[in-house]
Amino acid sequence: MIDTGWLWLVIIALGAGSFLLRFVFLGLIGDRPLPPWILRHLRYTAVAVLPGLVAPMVVFPPATGGVPDPARLIAAGVTLAVGLWLKNAIGAILSGAATLYILLYLLG
Amino acid sequence: MTTETTKSIFFKGVRDAAPFLLVVGPFAVLFGVVATQAGLDAIEALGFSVAVIAGAAQLTALQLMLDQAPTLIVLASALAVNLRMAMYSASLTPYLGQAPLWKRALVSYFLVDQSYGCSILAYELHPHWTLRQRLAYFWGTVAPICPFWFILTVVGAKLGGSIPDWLALDFAVPITFLAIIAPMLRTRAHVAAALVSVGVALLLAWLPYNLGLLVAGMCGMITGAEIERRLVIKGAWQP
Repeated sequence: MIDTGWLWLVIIALGAGSFLLRFVFLGLIGDRPLPPWILRHLRYTAVAVLPGLVAPMVVFPPATGGVPDPARLIAAGVTLAVGLWLKNAIGAILSGAATLYILLYLLG
Repeated sequence: MTTETTKSIFFKGVRDAAPFLLVVGPFAVLFGVVATQAGLDAIEALGFSVAVIAGAAQLTALQLMLDQAPTLIVLASALAVNLRMAMYSASLTPYLGQAPLWKRALVSYFLVDQSYGCSILAYELHPHWTLRQRLAYFWGTVAPICPFWFILTVVGAKLGGSIPDWLALDFAVPITFLAIIAPMLRTRAHVAAALVSVGVALLLAWLPYNLGLLVAGMCGMITGAEIERRLVIKGAWQP
């Protein structure tokens, strides 16, 4: 599946890259202020990348061969709604998983 | 006012960060399980967690490698997920920038969502803390999180093969990510960034190697930043 040499190359490169991202200001730039437009874009990275990563997994799940699946769509919706409502990741995960299991059992 | 020793500040950090173990622990186990199912052994899964210490980026990289995406795409997408770490680094610099270089390097390595989130809040609430006390607090927040990240990755990797199919573990990854994303949607700018990202990612899902994700991420970032800029001009920005 994943070639061992390639895997370690990715692990090491990703580790080095992640360290540099964490070190870039604290270690290299120090106290010099950053241009506000850079900070403004950095603020939205997580919220811009993660939803784009998840959306295809939710709508075209590999487990059903990419065919949209009502159980998974509803479970995703419940997870998001509970997360928005309670602002609590554990609660959201548990409600989403419970919804998925109940629906897979009922519809399966 | 109570007197604060460096030691008591360290344990305050431990207490503040400990509840996050409830989120981090299962996430680490999940990564171990997913890694084993992708064909990694426990050492390789642990290597991933030790080198990167960032679950979302680790899962992104793993997912793209399973799709046989080119190395550059794997790295660019996973590092894009981790770009927020650069923001954490920038925002801690005024508080920790005076520390010796090796300590700043060590802090950087252990800079994760939970250690950052607790520390920045504590530094704002306790402006009188010395550099030594700030560092003690930071190490306090790392102690209940990072060692467990490593240990529980291995636990997940050992469990990996024995997870039955009916658990529908394929969907644990999106559910976990959704649970992480929801509390981030604090402002209209954040919501807009997320919606644009979802729309573009779905429209471009046919592109090879998850290239759609990179485009979606960039469109989302630009959307969020632009809406924030306009709200600031209108005087309607509430961070």
